[in-house]
Amino acid sequence: MIAIINYDAGNLTSVARAVSHIGFQCIITNKTKEIKTAERVIFPGVGAAGSAMESIKRLGLDEAIRDVFIKGNPILGICLGTQVIMGHSEENDTPCLGLIDGWVRAFPTDMKSEQGTSLKIPHMGWNSINTVGNNHPVLSGLRKDDEFYFVHGFYPEPNNKAHVLATTEHGISFASIIGHKNLIATQFHPEKSGRPGLTLLKNFCMWNPC
Amino acid sequence: MLSKRIIPCLDVREGKTTKGVKFKNNVDIGDPVEMARFYYEGGADEIVFYDITASYEKRNIMIDVVRRVAETIFIPFSVGGGIRTVDDMRSVLLAGAEKVSVNSAAVKNPEIISKGAAAFGKQCIVLGMDVKYVGIKEKIPSGYEIVINGGRTHTGLDALEWAIRAENLGAGEICLNSIDADGTKDGYELNLTALISQNVDIPVIASGGAGKPEHLFDVLTKGKADAALVASMIHFGNYTISEIKSYLDSLGIKVRKTW
Repeated sequence: MIAIINYDAGNLTSVARAVSHIGFQCIITNKTKEIKTAERVIFPGVGAAGSAMESIKRLGLDEAIRDVFIKGNPILGICLGTQVIMGHSEENDTPCLGLIDGWVRAFPTDMKSEQGTSLKIPHMGWNSINTVGNNHPVLSGLRKDDEFYFVHGFYPEPNNKAHVLATTEHGISFASIIGHKNLIATQFHPEKSGRPGLTLLKNFCMWNPC
Repeated sequence: MLSKRIIPCLDVREGKTTKGVKFKNNVDIGDPVEMARFYYEGGADEIVFYDITASYEKRNIMIDVVRRVAETIFIPFSVGGGIRTVDDMRSVLLAGAEKVSVNSAAVKNPEIISKGAAAFGKQCIVLGMDVKYVGIKEKIPSGYEIVINGGRTHTGLDALEWAIRAENLGAGEICLNSIDADGTKDGYELNLTALISQNVDIPVIASGGAGKPEHLFDVLTKGKADAALVASMIHFGNYTISEIKSYLDSLGIKVRKTW
């Protein structure tokens, strides 16, 4: 069973629908016991880091997620879920879970495109990724031009560059997929990214990190 | 770099898709769930549904359509038409839509934008604007006026002022429809689109008037739009999304090419 962690951060049914669509069973839960005993865990979320961390602590989910990470079961972070696994977020100046060392930064406000037009924040829409290093098993089967759906105003910045699995350009180059041990996390929404997104989700559902 | 989005628009009345010319003489052209699947598999970057069901009592039909669409396609989609309250927004979002769009309800009660943004996040709230050129007047300094009720009622609101105000209230995106261009297939209203797009910091989806791929090129370059809505030019099989994207790609517009 796959546990989708519910911490009152947006509508999680789209993630559940995508997981069911590719043939895997999942539950949406905020119960620490169900999360700790799940075969794998998806940590999604939309919203602001400050209120998200408040809910996570109030529900005791910080300890549950750390527990799953140490135990070695696969964890997939999505969007806000990817940000709160970092050390600290500039959004609401929020201390986060710290599973990966580093910061969550705000996009600069005065970015320009190559044509000189100002770039809009949040970064919303379809964008491509440049994978870094050896192909991670969760990224297998993706095509060169595949794009993914993003909606965010902040991005993760791991201290250790080895934790960056892919980058994306929006005025600056930022980490759009990060990973460490049994954890992989995307700044985009695989559940809203069509065929390549579903491929990534399916890979995650079958991933056995050693 | 973000891709320019190509967004099919489906008008839905009592659970069936229609496409009207200037909002009149609507004809049924199909099942919204099957059309959504067709466009999803054909490379649509997002889908917009407008519920034009007249009766408020029959709105549950649309919620059921939204739920079935959400089980079928895995790209963002928005739902507009008949959204009057934050509870209406909630039921559409819970049924699986990524975004809701408000149009006349926001004109009558602008607070619905800020309340919706506070409850669900700005990225969920799209302001739909129906705009008509009326000439520059004292109350309409841009020359473009907001109209409602399918273009039948003038509001006295200047389109540019309304767009900026809605952005400040918390709208995350604008879907800008020219009533003058809608259904003509003569091209988007480029002046209007550029005017709004250059004066707000949120994405603008251009709507109304698409008849051939050149029109999309124009609105995504001269019109400075972030996305382009298409309806009849694809609904009746004249063009496919893939053909439109190949054309734009050949002219150097960044579009999503694999799906």
